[in-house]
Amino acid sequence: MELEAAKMIGAGLAAIALAGAGVGIGIIFGNYLSGAMRNPSAAQKQFPNLLLGFALAEATGLFGLVIALIILFAF
Amino acid sequence: MATNPMQQFSVHKIGPEIKIAGIDLSFTNASLFMVISAASIALFLFLGTKEKRIIPDKIQLISEMLYSFVAKMISDTAGSKAKPYFPFIFSLFMFVLLCNMIGMLPYAFTVTSHIIVTLILALFIFIAVTVIGFMKHGFKYLSIFVPSGVPKVLLPLITVIEIISYLSRPVSLSVRLFANMMAGHTMLKVFGGFVISLGILGGWLPLGFSVALTGLEILVAFLQAYVFAILTCIYLNDALNLHH
Repeated sequence: MELEAAKMIGAGLAAIALAGAGVGIGIIFGNYLSGAMRNPSAAQKQFPNLLLGFALAEATGLFGLVIALIILFAF
Repeated sequence: MATNPMQQFSVHKIGPEIKIAGIDLSFTNASLFMVISAASIALFLFLGTKEKRIIPDKIQLISEMLYSFVAKMISDTAGSKAKPYFPFIFSLFMFVLLCNMIGMLPYAFTVTSHIIVTLILALFIFIAVTVIGFMKHGFKYLSIFVPSGVPKVLLPLITVIEIISYLSRPVSLSVRLFANMMAGHTMLKVFGGFVISLGILGGWLPLGFSVALTGLEILVAFLQAYVFAILTCIYLNDALNLHH
């Protein structure tokens, strides 16, 4: 296989990591919403935690994207 | 014309080349935008606190909101012992926020989309927190690697995991900010490229996406500055209040 083609395939495989970030963000927002529906008075207090969880979950997926970009552009 | 979505991250010299002891210290567009962010923070807060009115005008109101926002964040996550570190965390938060936000302007350069900038910030925080921990608690600070209430059989394993997670803090802190900013800006440019390549008929759909993504990116720019600051507070809390 040519190196260029292998690079493309590797970068594509590394980008699969973003699927996990999608699942994680969905779980965080879904659970926040169901919790907020049950107890709306407690929802406002947990909003910073929601944002923190969102950012942390998104970042783990982006680590995979960084690997993809390193494969594409750094080698 | 920039056809590559990674073109926007290129660093180039502005003005003459300055070399001191073999190290290239030339003024680049990255340093220019760092100066712009730092200067706009200073100017904004200077104007906001110049006239201390009882009924604040808009600019004073925003400065007060920023102050109370960061002060509340520190007292909520790190307790009252972290009060002396307020100036550091406030300047950290403002610098990252302004760098992210100025990067959202068209043709601007995003300083935080370079790993070296975020890594230096994160390493500074990591070393500072470690030094603070050892200064406050001496060698007892090492007990953060040994969580209480763990079965004796698991303790060696947990300790190794704790040490690795402690050492990976600067990496995760810096890569999180860098990856978010870089991925977002690359995505914006890729969608911008779709608008051109699909032409006047099909280009409206990616244009709409681009507008929505810009909104999302402004949210992410704020959120990442917030997360950066709040994680600093959490690390500081570990170092100041030693009970795991």
